[in-house]
Amino acid sequence: MANYTLQALYEDDDHLMKAVKETRSAHHHIEEVFTPFPVHGLDKVAGLKPTRIAITSFMYGVLGLGVAVWMMNFIMIDDWPRNIGGKPSFTFFQNMPAFIPIMFELTVFFATHLMVITFYMRSKIWPFKKAENPDPRTTDDHFLMEVSREKNNVQSLAEFLQATGAKEVTLKQS
Amino acid sequence: MYKMSNKLRLSAIIFMVVGVLGIAYGFWQAPSSKAEAKELLEHKAEHGDSHAETANTHQVEGQSSNRAEEAHSDEHLEHAYHQMQNRPWSAVFVPMLFFFLIAVGALVFYAIQNVSQAGWSPLLFRVMQGISNYMLPGGILIFLFLILSSLQLNHLYIWMDPETVAHDEVIQEKSAYLNIPFFFIRSAIILFTWSFFRHLLVKNSVKQDDELNLNLYKKNVKLSIAFLAIFIITEAIVSWDWIMSIDTHWFSTLFGWFVFASMFVSAITTIALVSIYLKSKGLLEQVNDSHIHDLAKFMFAFSIFWTYLWFSQFMLIWYANMPEEAVYFVSRIENYKLMFFGIVAINFVGPVLILMNSDFKRINWLVVLTGILILVGHYFNFFLLIMPGTVGDAWAIGIPEIGSLLFFLGLFIWFAFKGISKLPLVPKNSPFLKESQQYHY
Repeated sequence: MANYTLQALYEDDDHLMKAVKETRSAHHHIEEVFTPFPVHGLDKVAGLKPTRIAITSFMYGVLGLGVAVWMMNFIMIDDWPRNIGGKPSFTFFQNMPAFIPIMFELTVFFATHLMVITFYMRSKIWPFKKAENPDPRTTDDHFLMEVSREKNNVQSLAEFLQATGAKEVTLKQS
Repeated sequence: MYKMSNKLRLSAIIFMVVGVLGIAYGFWQAPSSKAEAKELLEHKAEHGDSHAETANTHQVEGQSSNRAEEAHSDEHLEHAYHQMQNRPWSAVFVPMLFFFLIAVGALVFYAIQNVSQAGWSPLLFRVMQGISNYMLPGGILIFLFLILSSLQLNHLYIWMDPETVAHDEVIQEKSAYLNIPFFFIRSAIILFTWSFFRHLLVKNSVKQDDELNLNLYKKNVKLSIAFLAIFIITEAIVSWDWIMSIDTHWFSTLFGWFVFASMFVSAITTIALVSIYLKSKGLLEQVNDSHIHDLAKFMFAFSIFWTYLWFSQFMLIWYANMPEEAVYFVSRIENYKLMFFGIVAINFVGPVLILMNSDFKRINWLVVLTGILILVGHYFNFFLLIMPGTVGDAWAIGIPEIGSLLFFLGLFIWFAFKGISKLPLVPKNSPFLKESQQYHY
């Protein structure tokens, strides 16, 4: 059996927020919401879980710090402890102030870049990726909410969406 | 209107009384003559203090015949005597300066909020203004303290001693700036200017409560701009005069910023602690988690800023290792190792790890815990700015230090909360008040 979704198009983010709230409280399943810009508070209304990307970033930062410490300890202290301008290269801590700028930068480097890559992977964004845009107007000034049919009557669901203030409701087979 | 609770009033008084006793004990314990200092050193030697022991053996050798040795041991005794004499004075000066600068920092934070037209903070304005009420008594005490120092009652500022200056070319070169009359003119003008701005800003802000137009608010924005411009210059001068001139032979260019970072993060922390206290008493109902979150963000950010300056100052001097600069850190690492590196752990690692989490910044007890950590850490920061130059290795955390800390804590609580109780807790006609009441992050 073909799966049907209904696409309701809104002209205003206030209407969209209201519609999302109503749809959720009527226990219809929202597949996806497309907006041209971030709508403040939409994730909360739609019941999305908070992102954990900050936690990954922290762990990447710790990794970067570890890499920096290991690298400089190996190169400057263990492998070839030369006397460069009288800097004490006997132990890591004796020479640590000179390493801190690099430790800092590598921490930031790892935290930012790996976090961004994580974001790309989780959001499935990459070059040459085919855009998944249901309606080109959602990139300009319209807002679109996709509701799956599930066990509902298509007609009554469409009427319900119309009542939430949708400008257009389209049935889509996927 | 807020009324200071009896409990708080009583604890402030107890702090002050206990503190005065501690300070008095400190002065009573300090040696009043060289003979007494010698006795103390010998007493210490019996307990196995290696430093005092060497001093003692020097003396024994000195008596044998060697004149030079004798002169040396005498010099040593004189040095140790001055350090021991300085201890109660420095113990008083550290918290005196610390709490005064917290009060100034609260006013600076208020001025910044005014100038930047912040929408979140107006609900906390009265807390900031109240804390800055300590500026006047605190400033007067500092001025009295500096006068007593200039009367040769202590040896905190070696450039104030004409005998020392006579034998010291480096200080002679600096005497165009470091001389007693000019020093007092500077300090007096700065203390007066700061207190005057505080008076005007608070007066206008309170008057604005009954006004229907925004003239006074606009006036306060302009005054705040003027205050901030003057403050950043005068603050640098204050840190050179009151703190850096203790180590008269040493200088550093980012010192003013470093002191500023320390006082500013302490002030923001104090604002957060007082706000949470007042909120827990049900007095600032409109202050919500988001306001505390913002304050905690400031605590977090300025802790990092302080560490950045601490490290920049340390690393530049460590890296170049020029003797005339490095001696500052050599003496600190030699005699204050644990404290010197400990404050980096307390003031950096603590706040960074605790306040990094966005949810933690909304948990009041965690903010209070971190706040206490930061305040303790920055007290020790001021301790490290002053003590090594005045008492050197003769430092300790004993009754004089704890006593004077308690005394100034009590005094600060007394005046800060008196200041808050004199003002209505919500600045009624502040143009951003509505936004602040609905503030949500």
